[in-house]
Amino acid sequence: MNYHWNWLIFWADAPDGTGTYLHTLIRGAYWTLGVSALAWIIALVFGVIIGVLRTARVGWVERVCAGYVELFRNVPLLVQMFLWYFVFPEVVPQSLGNAIKQADPVWSTFWTATVCLGLFTSSRIAEQVRAGITALPRGQNMAGTALGLTRPQVYRYILLPMTVRIIMPPLTSEALNLIKNSSIAFTIGLLEITGAARSMQEFSFQIFESFTAATILYLIINLVVVVLMRLIEKWISVPGFIGTKR
Amino acid sequence: MFGFDFDVIWRTLPYVLGTGLVFTVKLTVVATIGAVILGTLMAMMRLSSNPVISGVAGFYVNLMRALPLILIIFWFYFLVPYIIGWVTGAGRPIAVGGFTSALITFILFEAAYFCEIMRAGIQSIPFGQIGAGYALGLNYWQVMGQIVLPQAFRNMTPVLLTQMIVLFQDTSLVYVLSLTDFLGAANNIAQRDGRMVEMFVFAAVVYFLISYVASRSVKRLERRIAIVR
Repeated sequence: MNYHWNWLIFWADAPDGTGTYLHTLIRGAYWTLGVSALAWIIALVFGVIIGVLRTARVGWVERVCAGYVELFRNVPLLVQMFLWYFVFPEVVPQSLGNAIKQADPVWSTFWTATVCLGLFTSSRIAEQVRAGITALPRGQNMAGTALGLTRPQVYRYILLPMTVRIIMPPLTSEALNLIKNSSIAFTIGLLEITGAARSMQEFSFQIFESFTAATILYLIINLVVVVLMRLIEKWISVPGFIGTKR
Repeated sequence: MFGFDFDVIWRTLPYVLGTGLVFTVKLTVVATIGAVILGTLMAMMRLSSNPVISGVAGFYVNLMRALPLILIIFWFYFLVPYIIGWVTGAGRPIAVGGFTSALITFILFEAAYFCEIMRAGIQSIPFGQIGAGYALGLNYWQVMGQIVLPQAFRNMTPVLLTQMIVLFQDTSLVYVLSLTDFLGAANNIAQRDGRMVEMFVFAAVVYFLISYVASRSVKRLERRIAIVR
């Protein structure tokens, strides 16, 4: 095929004057990791709260939280990204909207992407948390109450510690999904890995080298996350109980 | 808050729904059919006793599932013309239309996900049935086509349909190729008329309604067709 391969392109200077193309890609990896890490924190906090509230056995609370999950699940992530980026600054009070619009575009896209991905992922984690809590034997809840613990204490000391151990495998795949989904931040202008590869491709015309590099970066990050989550899983496992093999 | 301009939505409805949504639905339906067929074949490959065949299928599925769809869309957008040029022996890249490119991408990408669903479906069939099929003198394709796959499809129908809803939402990503799918059409109007709020909220509402109703129906279907064992 008459495609002109040039693997040395990574050491050529990028036209934006900030170093080589390799630098562009590495910076992209930093953005991907930064957005994903912060969004993961948001997702865990909101996901656990919503997931717990869905098991609260108070009718309207459960319905509101179910609505939250349905809302984030049934709108494509790209549309959610546009809503946060283009619509949100218009519908909030004008002073806040103006502050967002006047912020440094690099950071405003970063925070928009973080919030969007965080809340989207939180709805998925909420489902896992709810499923984990309902998978526990009913007796655990009752035993806690019989011991005189309050509702928050039952969740804090009995139900949630068990749930976390049950849902570690699905949490791992949610973390991987989050990293993959962070590529959508590229559509609002964040130069994360996919965006960096795309800009490298547009400037250097070395299509397949750029995308190969992005592919390898994603694979490395995936591998690190899988290993990390496995270590955590092993570290928190209760001997002789769930989470331990054999 | 300022006035929400319903008029712009009403005025552009023929374009946004007639051109945009039709494109999205067409892409979703054709891609699902293609991806289910390809995915089923790959599931059969993954369950093959030949380590080379199952290894190749496993590598492909894991690679696809590890990468973001946007990156895959770019990959295939640039790669497909070269592959077609190579296959047809033209010796140079052959340009393909946006729809064709998107369709090929979604079939190849989603096949990896449908493969995992069908693998679970095939494995849900008791092995004794396969043994019984061979004992009756059927060959591999007859056992698969007449015994295993019909049941696997039935067991997995709700999951397949749920994945189809995911695919429907994922098609919005063809935006990065500047195609006029539903979101692309809404975006064109939003940029042209400066009506971001109206058009994106409208797009979100339509996506929500379709996905919500569809996932509700899948849940009802799941209860109805469940085989009582």
